[in-house]
This record gives sequence, structure tokens and C-alpha cells, in this order.
Amino acid sequence: MISNPNMDIDNLELETRNLKPPTARLARVDARGLDYRELNRRVDELLASGAGEIEIRGVHGQRYIASRVRRPVSFRIHGTPGNDLAAFSDGVRLEVFGDAQDGVGNTMNSGEIIIHGRAGDIVGMGMRGGRIFIRDEVGYRTAIHMKEYGEQRPVIVIGVMGQDFLGEYMAGGVVVILNLPPRNPKSFSRPPAFIGTGIHGGKIFFRGKLEPYQTGKEVGFDRPDEKEMEFLSGIIRDYSNYFGLNLAQVVPDDFIKLYPKHLRPYGRLYAY
Amino acid sequence: MKSYLPPEFIVERREDRCIRCLTCVRQCGFETHVYDAEENSLLSREELCVGCLRCVTLCPTRALTVRTNPSESRPNANWTREHLRDVCRQAESGGVILTGSGNDKPIRSYWDHLFLNASQVTNPSIDPLREPMELRTYLGRKPDALEPGEGRARESECPNVRIETPLLFSAMSFGAISLQAMQSLARAASEYGTLFNTGEGGLPAELVDYGKVAIVQCASGRFGVNWEYLNNSAIVEIKIGQGAKPGIGGHLPGEKVLAKVAETRMIPVGTDALSPAPQHDIYSIEDLSMLIYALKEATSYRKPISVKIAAVHNAAAIASGMVRAGADMIVIDGIRGGTGAAPKLIRDHVGIPIELALAAVDTRLREEGIRNWASLVAAGGFRSAADVIKAIALGADAVYLGTAALVAMGCTICQKCYTGICNWGICTNRPELAKRLNPDVAARRLVKLLRGWSLDIKEILGGMGVNAIESLRGNRLQLRGVGLEEWELRVLGVKGAGE
Amino acid sequence: MKNLRSLNNPYRDDKVFEGCAIFALLNQAGRNVSGEPVFRAISNMRNRGNGLGGGFAVYGIYPEYAEHYALQVMFDDPLAREEVESYLKGRFEVADEEEVPTRKTQAVIHPPQVFRYFLKPRAGWMDDVTEDERVIRAVMDINIGIKDAFVFSSGKNMGVFKGVGHPETIAEYFRLDEYRGYLWTAHSRFPTNSRAWWGGAHPFSILDWTVIHNGEISSYGINRRYLEMHGYACTLETDTEVLAYIVDLLARRQRLPMSLVTKIMAPPLWEEIERMKEPERSELIKLRQIYSSLLVNGPFACVIAHHGEMIGLNDRIRLRPMTAGIGGENLYISSEEASIRLVCPELDEFWSPQGGDPIVGRVKPESPEIFEPARPEVSDEDRAGLKAGGRV
Ligand code: SF4
Ligand code: SF4
Repeated sequence: MISNPNMDIDNLELETRNLKPPTARLARVDARGLDYRELNRRVDELLASGAGEIEIRGVHGQRYIASRVRRPVSFRIHGTPGNDLAAFSDGVRLEVFGDAQDGVGNTMNSGEIIIHGRAGDIVGMGMRGGRIFIRDEVGYRTAIHMKEYGEQRPVIVIGVMGQDFLGEYMAGGVVVILNLPPRNPKSFSRPPAFIGTGIHGGKIFFRGKLEPYQTGKEVGFDRPDEKEMEFLSGIIRDYSNYFGLNLAQVVPDDFIKLYPKHLRPYGRLYAY
Repeated sequence: MKSYLPPEFIVERREDRCIRCLTCVRQCGFETHVYDAEENSLLSREELCVGCLRCVTLCPTRALTVRTNPSESRPNANWTREHLRDVCRQAESGGVILTGSGNDKPIRSYWDHLFLNASQVTNPSIDPLREPMELRTYLGRKPDALEPGEGRARESECPNVRIETPLLFSAMSFGAISLQAMQSLARAASEYGTLFNTGEGGLPAELVDYGKVAIVQCASGRFGVNWEYLNNSAIVEIKIGQGAKPGIGGHLPGEKVLAKVAETRMIPVGTDALSPAPQHDIYSIEDLSMLIYALKEATSYRKPISVKIAAVHNAAAIASGMVRAGADMIVIDGIRGGTGAAPKLIRDHVGIPIELALAAVDTRLREEGIRNWASLVAAGGFRSAADVIKAIALGADAVYLGTAALVAMGCTICQKCYTGICNWGICTNRPELAKRLNPDVAARRLVKLLRGWSLDIKEILGGMGVNAIESLRGNRLQLRGVGLEEWELRVLGVKGAGE
Repeated sequence: MKNLRSLNNPYRDDKVFEGCAIFALLNQAGRNVSGEPVFRAISNMRNRGNGLGGGFAVYGIYPEYAEHYALQVMFDDPLAREEVESYLKGRFEVADEEEVPTRKTQAVIHPPQVFRYFLKPRAGWMDDVTEDERVIRAVMDINIGIKDAFVFSSGKNMGVFKGVGHPETIAEYFRLDEYRGYLWTAHSRFPTNSRAWWGGAHPFSILDWTVIHNGEISSYGINRRYLEMHGYACTLETDTEVLAYIVDLLARRQRLPMSLVTKIMAPPLWEEIERMKEPERSELIKLRQIYSSLLVNGPFACVIAHHGEMIGLNDRIRLRPMTAGIGGENLYISSEEASIRLVCPELDEFWSPQGGDPIVGRVKPESPEIFEPARPEVSDEDRAGLKAGGRV
């Protein structure tokens, strides 16, 4: 053990978390006019007093919502949550009725985020576990450096399409792109490119066709195998259920699989 | 392809002394020494030798000598031996030349041009062995005043961490260094009342009890970063850059990602652990602020948040922005900072010396009136307590020791860390090599180093007639320059000797 | 000669480093509207700034003097005003002048005086060049030559209001709630030094061109040297200034359409160009060859505005966020979507363009309140001029 009489224990000691077990109790917060610190503090208080489900209305750009929540609480968020939604979070189930901004699920550990709308850039950056479902399109660099570890295998499902650099540096996990028609084609004035650039782990399933130039040179193409088809059916089912859509036209057969050709994309870059 | 590279080192074995114990054969991870049992002869494949001196140190009869290969092609001051070698290596590999450790070029060391003051007549020097001498330092944001005004940092938001000597161990990640090496650093830090730094590879399960003395990094790869990791720490550090490789990311090759490393980094075994060059949620100053506050939120405002950058051209402006963005501690890592692996070109040519960057940053923060808002830590090639003292006089609160700590554990700066074959068991994950480093011994050596340097610092403080480190911090009147140009003195904010 | 550098870049860094939030509103029918939603939207992104700079550009605010250049000038010293006024009176007919009305605002510390002058160049002063050139000359003379004076803006029927403080504070101070304009741009600044100076806040402007900008232009050094070659003095040493001058050089002096200007600043990657069909491919290759020094590299998102038009542009690989929405007659551009939705919950359209893909907003031609029509497309003559080196 540590023998360090000199350290400031009060500063360093972790506060034991004084949280009661979750119940289904619903608590409501009106976020209008609150800054993110007030809002997140209010959420802490509600959790401490036993709320198991939190509904936040009137959200207008507040950051870091649910980012220090570490148990299976459900959130229902109305409005437009700000950047780093559920960053570092662990186990929450969060539904957004609206669009989300940048950094959704940044370095998230587990849980589920469902967005009834679109999301901004770097969705699921460095994400290690859990699932993110986005009904519409997403911005740049989705799933950048997403990784998997042991039982943890993050999944991001995108209803429409991601802009450039989707799956950059991807090191694990799964991204599924349903390629439904975009909400606004202006977000895709040219076909997205650099998909999977630097990918060295994980898989991307894409419904439809991609031109070779759209993907990074580290990407291999294949058809999903049987187990993967099953996985895809499950994802399509969940997606349809979550968003109340009937997706008869979307079948696992239409998907291609993008995978890393090498575990070590940069092995030959160096002189030893 | 036949290599045109001549061996860098010559290995000489005195046959009259060698007792064929084969220690050298076993000790060399690069397999330089080969034994032929039939002939009972030993052969040294000199082209494999990296000059780490492991065999020389351990040979029981002192039969071995390793020295630089004296063969010289025609002398040429422009086309140095190093340039020839590098061209050759790239012509044979077509790749980027990797290296380890810090810059080995003869960059002007400003420490060697700065001289310290001592008391004579007008004030008494103090005897540090008998009189009190305080090195305690607090790291973190300080409020502007006891009753802070509006818009300023509130005291409750200024968590501070105490260290008993202004010496911290710098970031070295598990994976780049062995578990044994990290354990040694953690133990020594804990014992001496200071902190070690996990680097960006997570905190190994064996070391969770040392979280209280850990500066945990959150870098672009986000390896091992989760709520527990962030909260089991003394300080959380956002790594933007590193002195040895400003502007580029890291890359732990798959073969080094063995089970233990994989577990700590939370990635599968055998995959490349790539740290992207930027943090992809930070593309500007307001983004940095966003991550700083994300971490503050995630740690409930209980940890100081540090931000580390490489010393680059506009370090002063950047540092000022970092402090305004909410950093409680800023770390500037100079061009001589070490690394486990970096492209040689970048290590040697990108960035600026720590002395100038540190002075510029401290000056700027003072001109801006925000020096109190953050602690300032200098890093990058500190070789002795003299360097440390001069850094503190220039304005540092504390100093990160990397290479010096490695040398204390046995490193001979062979610069081969990137190969993963460290004969001293430091920069390696091969169990047979790593086990050579005994944490009991290495931790003891590190504690002694901390003690020795702390005593040095106390001696000098005493000589100056002050008995608390804060009286030296930023006290540039205690420095004078010799052999420096006007502009250098200006940037350093010191007078010339005799002035 | 005074040194603006020392005011705006007191430490002589390579340039001023800053981050920020941007927001812009264009009423596409050309109707003048209140700026209230703009104030709310920009203040909703408070976390992106640090209170050391805020500013607005508003178009359509001086219809009674629509044919006059509106010079808004800040003075750190009343003596400077006398000097500026005597300079102006010798060269311009001043139709009207007044102090820009302000209200006492607690958070505003040591504000400079800001005056506005509605003027036209007098006959007999630099008759050989256009009125625009003469006004630019006056602006440069004042900015470079008269101590403690700095021109905020110099376009017709528009004005720039900016200063040190959060943008909502600046709006309150300059009573912007009392103005109505058809195009508003707003900026919240995060400079890395506190010696913030009122003139250093965004928008930056030249004639009726204004720029607000977020990010850092890593190619600043070469962009600047190229502009200097064309006679621009980058006195403020900011990224934004460089953007404004690039647009002035290309769009005003060389008369390139904005579609080409944006392609010069954020051109497609070579790879993409190689895939293009002729003649587009050759055209882009030519653009990248001729204007290689005007490629704006590094993270940026900016809004460039002038009468009747507003362009949002970000870098080629979108390193800064930029979103756009249309609700009714209004086009919005914002760093964050939440700000748009805050002021217009029911949007008809929302999108976030890919890197280098401009958001173009134009007032419909039939709109009555636009006094300066958009620039004509490039004529053959201009193209010839362009070939000859593009100098005007
Ligand atoms: S270690 Fe020394 S004594 Fe032993 S075999 Fe090698 S050279 Fe001979
Ligand atoms: S740590 Fe090991 S490999 Fe690295 S320089 Fe030191 S001795 Fe060589």
C-alpha cells in the first residue's frame, strides 16, 4: 500500500458515491435559461434523491449532459443538447427528441443513446462500449478512434449517412449505415470520402455501394457473413422500433462490409 | 539487400579475462553475442550492437569494452557520419527513421549559460542541513485573492495538490515502459511525496492504489480513459503535445500490445495503438476549453486539470489561451524532451528549447496578470538539480523528470526504446527483459535521486539566503547570463553577468 | 506613423491567436429585422468566447444615407477626433455626423468614443480612382496615420459595432436593439491575450465587406505575404484581416464571382480534382496554380458578408463547426445548431455543409431595400485583366 504521509488526503481522496439504487421515479427539469453547470448539478441532485428517469425539456445547447452519470438511468431530452453529450458516461440510456451537436458519446464506456434527429461531428469519438442510434445524418469523423475491448463492443447506427472521415483511425466496434435518403441533401454536396481511413479494427456495414475512392486505402470490402447478417437484422429491427419506422426496404442482403485490411496499417512506414 | 551500413560500435573482448560465463550472450536482447560451443568461442555481431552497455556492466571479469566504431570515411563537416547513415537507412528501408529518447544534437543549452547567485555580506546564507528549508509546492489554480471578485476563480473550484519537492516524474505510458518501470516510478513518487504520470496508456490494475499520486493523462487515443481512471488520480492531464514530437501522434506497434498492455489501454491484444496527432475534439482554443470543462464535470471539479504542450513558436500566446480556457496547470515540454518512439527528424528539428519557452510563457502569464491561475511545469531534458533550480528561477513551479529517472533505473540512453528491446528492462514488454528491472531496487534508486536533487536544491536555496522554494520561483534576479546574445537575455528576462 | 500592431498584437506573436463563436442572420426578402434573435443566439454560445471581444455587422441600417459611405470610427482620445475630422473634411462632403449612441452598461470598461460620418468623396481629390478606392485610402490613412483612431467600418448603409466584452454586452452598449437590418453577423471572441483592444474584435471590414471568423489560419504567413505583394497592409495581424483582404482582392478588385472565391480559399483536394470532368477539372487546376498562396489552410469557419449576400465557408476538411438553417425568410449560420433552434424552433431546412462547400445566402432581387446590387459576373475584359496578373 501507499505510504505517503505527506499527501493531501482530503484533496485526493475520492468521495464515496452516495447514490441510492435506481428506481423508476420520473423527475422533470426545465432547462430553459440554465447554464450547463446548473443543469448538470440539478441532475446530480435528482439522482441523489432517487430519480431513475429524468426528463429534460427546453434544452438549448447545454454541454456535458449525463457526462458523469454512471448507472442505468434513463434520460429523455427535448430540445438541442450541446456538445459532449454523455461524454465519459457509463451506463445511461438517453433519448434525444431533436438534433444533437458535436461529440455525442465522446469516450463513452457503456449505455445507449438514441437520437431522433441528426448529430454533429465526432459522434462516438474514442467510444469503448454501448450503442448510439441516430435517426438521420451525422457530421464529420463519426466513430473516430472508436475501439473495443473484451466484452465491450461499441455500436453506432446511422439512419442516413455520415460526412467525410467516418471511421477514421477506427480500432474496434461496429458502425452501421442504413443510407436512407438524407433529411437535407445540402449536407452531402459531394459523396462522403475518406471512410475508414486508418482503420485498424472493427467493421463498418454500409447499405448500398461505395466508390473505391470514398474509402481509405486501409479498407477491405466483403459481404457480411451469416452471423453478421443476423446482427444486421437485429440492428434494423431495433432502429425501426426506436424510431417507429417501417423499413421493409432495408434488408441485410444490401449491405457491404468494410473491414481493415491490416491490423497494423502503418507497419511499413518506419525504418528500424 | 546487402546493407551498406558499417557497425556503429565495436565490441572488444579480452580473451585473457573472459571465463565463458555467457552472461553477455544471455543479456543482449539484440543478440549481438553468439557462442559456438564446439569451438568454445564467442563472436560479437557488431552490426547488431546498440551500445547500451548492458554486457559491459554485467560482465563479471570486465572483459568487455564497447566503443564507437573508429572507422571513418573521408572527413566531411557537412556530410556527417549521421547524415550518411540516415541516407543509407532510408535508401534501404524507404521509411521514416525512428528513434527513442531525447534530442541528441548539440543544441545550445541555456542552462549552461545561466549562473546562480549566492549571499555574501549583505544577507546571510542559510545552512540547509540544520535550518528549515521548504520545498513544498502546491499544484493547481490559485484564487486571485482571499475574497475573490466577480468572474474570478472561486476558491472551491481551485483544488490543489501538494508535492514535497518540485520534481515530478514525467509521462511515460505503460506499453512504452514496462510495468516494473512504472511501478518503480509510482512507488518512488509515493514514498517521496510527489507524483508520477501514467502517460496516455492507462493505469495498470496493479497500480490502482497509486492513483492518489498519479497524474493521469487523457490524450488523443483516450486509452484506458473512463470515469474510474479520471477520478482515481491526483491531477488529470490533457496531452496536446510532447517536446520530442510536437504536432504528431503516437503509435504503439501491435507487437507491443501484449495482454497486460491491452487490458490497461482497453484495446484488443496485438492491435496497433494509434494516438492521433490532434485530439479530435480539440481543433481550437474554445475546443480545449470544452474538453477541460468536460473533465472538470466528469471529476466534479475535484481535480486540477493540466494541459501539456510541446514548446513551439507561439508557446506564450498558446499558454495564455490555455489558462484562460480553464487549465489549472500547464506543462511546457521542450525540444530536448524524451520519447519512447518518434521520427528522428521531428525529434531533432521541431520545437524550441525549454529555457526560452518557459521564460516566455511565465513572462506572458505575468503580463496578462494570470500567472496565479495556473501552475507552470517545465519538462524536457533536465540533467541535474542545477537545471531544475534555474528553471524554477525562470518561473516554473515544478519540473518533470523523464530521462533522468530512466537513467536512475539503469538506462544508458542508447535511444533504442522504439525497438521494444530494452536490455535494462525499462522500455520493453518482453517478460524476460522486463523482469530484469527489480522495482524494489529501481524505486530505491529513484527515491535516492529525488533526495539527492532535493538536497542540491536546498543547498542552493540556502546559499541564496532563502528558505522556501517560493522565494526562488520566478525570481530571475537570481540568474545572470554569460555568453548570450541581447535577444536571448531579453527572452530569458535575465541580465548579463556583471550587470 | 502609429503602430496598430502594438495595439492589437501587443506581444508581437506571429499573429493574434483566438477562438470563438459565429452567428449570422440574413433576411432573404431584404426586410429589415430586429437583431434580438441574433443577440440571444450568440449569447447562447457564451462558452465558446471568453468575454474579451464581441461584435456585429448590420446591413440596411442607414436608409436615409444609403448613397453615402458610413464611416464608423473609434477614438481612444478626443484629440484624435479633431484630427480625423479635419482629415475627412478636406477630402469628403460630410452629409451628417454624430456620436454613435450608447447606453451605460456596467460590464463595459473604458469604452472608446465612436462616431459616424456619412460622406462622399469631394471632386478634385484623387479623381483618377473610383470612389471605393478613395474611401479605402482614407480608411488606411486614418488607421495607419492617426493615433488613437480606428475605422470600424466604411461601407454604405451598414455598420460594424464591436468592442471588448461579451457580444450581448456590446449589443446593449451600442443600443443595437434600436436598429433594424436585413443582414446581421455576430461574433463572440476568445483571444489568448487580455490586452484586448476594441478595434481587434470581429467583424473586420473593408468598405461593405465584413468577415467574422472562427479558427486559426495555419497558412497565415504566406496568405499575408501574398496580400502584401498586392498592396494590403496587414496591420492588425489577425487571421480575419487576411480573410477580408482575400475577398476584397478577389471579389472586388479582380471581380471574381463568390463561387470562385470560395474555391480559391478552400479548393477541392487534388484527388477530387483528378476525378472531375472537363472543363471543371482544368479550371480548378488553374485556380490552384494561380492562387496557391491564397489557399486558406488550417481550421476555419467564417461568414463573409456584403450588401445583398452572405457566404458561410469552412476549411476543406471541416475542422471548425458550421451549421445552417432556413426558417421563413431567414437564413441562419451558426457555430452550433442549438443557437439556431433557440431563435427559430420551427426550421424549414437545416444542414451542415461539407468542408469547403459554401453556404450562400442572397437577397431576392426584387427586394426594395438593397442599395448595392451584387457584383456582376466576370466579364471577358476582367478575365483578360486577371490573366495579366489581376492588379487593379
Ligand atoms: S560476460 Fe564477459 S566473461 Fe562472460 S562470456 Fe561475456 S565477455 Fe566473457
Ligand atoms: S530506456 Fe532502455 S532502450 Fe531506451 S534509451 Fe534507455 S536503455 Fe536504451
